Amino acid sequence: MGYHATVAGTVYRFDDLKMLLARATPFRSGDALAGVAASSAAERVAAQMALADLPLRQFLDEAVVPYEADAVTRLILDSHDAAAFAPVAGLTVGGFRDWLLRDATDGAVLAALAPGLLPEMAAAVSKIMRAQDLILIAAKIEVVTRFRNTIGLRGRFSTRLQPNHPTDDPAGIAASLLDGLANGAGDAVIGINPVSDTLDRVGQILRLVDDVRQRYAIPTQSCVLAHVTTQMAALEAGAPLDLMFQSIAGTEAANSAFGIDLALLAEARAAALSLGRGTVGDNVMYFETGQGSALSSGTHHGCDQQTIEARAYGVARAFKPLLVNSVVGFIGPEYLYDGKQIIRAGLEDHFCAKLLGLPMGCDVCYTNHAEADQDDMDMLLTLLVNAGCTFVMGVPGADDVMLNYQSTSFHDALYIRALTGKPPAPEFEDWLIRMGVFDRADRRATALLPPGLALLAQ
Amino acid sequence: MTTPTRDPTVDPWAKLRRATPARIGLGHAGPGQPTGALLAFQAAHAAARDAVLTRPDFEGLTQRLAALGPVRRIASQAADRATYLKRPDLGRCLSDASAADLAGEATGADLLILVGDGLSGAAIERQALPVLTALIPRLPGWRLAPLLLAEGARVALGDAAAAILDPTLVLMLIGERPGLSSPDSLGAYLTWRPRPGTVDAARNCISNIHGAGLTPEAAAQRLAWLLSEARVRKLTGVGLKDGAPLLTAPDGSP
Repeated sequence: MGYHATVAGTVYRFDDLKMLLARATPFRSGDALAGVAASSAAERVAAQMALADLPLRQFLDEAVVPYEADAVTRLILDSHDAAAFAPVAGLTVGGFRDWLLRDATDGAVLAALAPGLLPEMAAAVSKIMRAQDLILIAAKIEVVTRFRNTIGLRGRFSTRLQPNHPTDDPAGIAASLLDGLANGAGDAVIGINPVSDTLDRVGQILRLVDDVRQRYAIPTQSCVLAHVTTQMAALEAGAPLDLMFQSIAGTEAANSAFGIDLALLAEARAAALSLGRGTVGDNVMYFETGQGSALSSGTHHGCDQQTIEARAYGVARAFKPLLVNSVVGFIGPEYLYDGKQIIRAGLEDHFCAKLLGLPMGCDVCYTNHAEADQDDMDMLLTLLVNAGCTFVMGVPGADDVMLNYQSTSFHDALYIRALTGKPPAPEFEDWLIRMGVFDRADRRATALLPPGLALLAQ
Repeated sequence: MTTPTRDPTVDPWAKLRRATPARIGLGHAGPGQPTGALLAFQAAHAAARDAVLTRPDFEGLTQRLAALGPVRRIASQAADRATYLKRPDLGRCLSDASAADLAGEATGADLLILVGDGLSGAAIERQALPVLTALIPRLPGWRLAPLLLAEGARVALGDAAAAILDPTLVLMLIGERPGLSSPDSLGAYLTWRPRPGTVDAARNCISNIHGAGLTPEAAAQRLAWLLSEARVRKLTGVGLKDGAPLLTAPDGSP
């Protein structure tokens, strides 16, 4: 079945839903690389017009990746909640945008709707939205998750402390960890990317962070971002594992390229749950995603990268995660070329995931071969925190010396707290004030090293 | 503006800074970074950007590399830097002119060495000659194809060249994605009888060759071992990893 629209007397035709979504997507280099981008600005807006007229119901009848060929499609369609979908079942994509913007469509309405939305519906409506729509609607949504603290409460904002080291040196990791705590970072998770994806290394780093957490009674959780199978082996060997991490993508084949499938994720979650380490809740999963990951492994099924990214959120929500974030600028300029494309993608990722009910954060970041700089990151951070973004990264001086890219710094989080008055998770906020790190909820104290952490520096 | 002092009796971060190259203990100006830390970051980013965007001195490199043997210049189909960054597929294909030039060369050498700009021109300007100067004497009796100096190169451009020249092994020395602390890091990729479509799992890679990382001498030693083993075992990639001698860089990183 085909779609068409007329702009300035020219009729534009789109063979199927997948092509319509791709042509309607705001320009980004990855879609051009995949050969699915609109060939002109007029074709793009024609696709957006045709998409706006499309009934939302069409997404239930026409899968962009075939049901028979893809376990992610089956997961998404089989778990669709028709009753939750009912309030918007009669709308077109354009009508859905208008409905989302209404004052009466508040956080409670959106929370009830989430199980009724397919990821492709969220992607579709985002394609006809401006940045302000993506921000305003996401800001209505509160997604609360818990493990040792309460993440995502309205008016709050969390950070992942990311104390990576180029050789996984324990003293080096501890030094960055202390700097992060002294700046109030780490309520979302203390999460380390290991250089070496081995059982011993994962166990060693988990024990290091857990010792610090216990000694200082820090109300947070830790994670080592190794492959899920390595973490499961470490757990089996007795490592103190709080959160189970995995990179995920929006097609079965892309997940296969990551060495995972849905059954493995379920097994990993069950293993983490079996430890019962959460004190205030049992959200044990942490996922990372990013536009372009499917194309990079040739597993995108001819879809645009943002639609496939939204489908990754369809995977994530089946496993009740504590945290999800896209690593938006990490993948490189062949997928998101410059600051403008990275900023737009960051807002889309956050909006779509929140609409689907996920505790969405963002690794606000870029590589040195992208046309982007610190100003672009300041803009994306400021926009995202106003959109209610759940968390961002905290990296010493924004310079990740292991992964060789730039993310947000501890100082960046202090800046946005000062600007917006948003404190971290309540349990962590109390701890920071007790330790003398913050002198009030959203403000760092002025001591060079907080008195409560002085011992750790030895 | 507050500036962190380096006196350990005053600055509790002085000792911790020695444990990591990360930018810790920067101090504060209000919630933000002090001006000194801000500008030090900008200087590091500028060096990395220049490494990506500045065309290396191919003419000068050609002359210097000629001391090691015959050198040919080739180019990929990525005609400019912006195209190169957006279209990795074009960086893997030879330009028509380069394909025609190579068609006139002798085939069937033991080893074809390419030096490609990749994502850091500074890397090949600074590291390529020292690595090759240390490597080639370690390969007595090997029949070497003319060295190819490649512009707009991705790793797999070597596969396209191999499809014409049919060498037994291909070594691509290429500028790596620059980090703030290593704008001139070189990578070395070794592949047994590659062809267009060869997957990355079939290659062996040595990365992080630069001043503060793996030295050119240590890289050459490791490459020579891999090349000899690859020739004996007639493969590269995952199957060749086992048994490679572990080398330690001066800073202790592997």
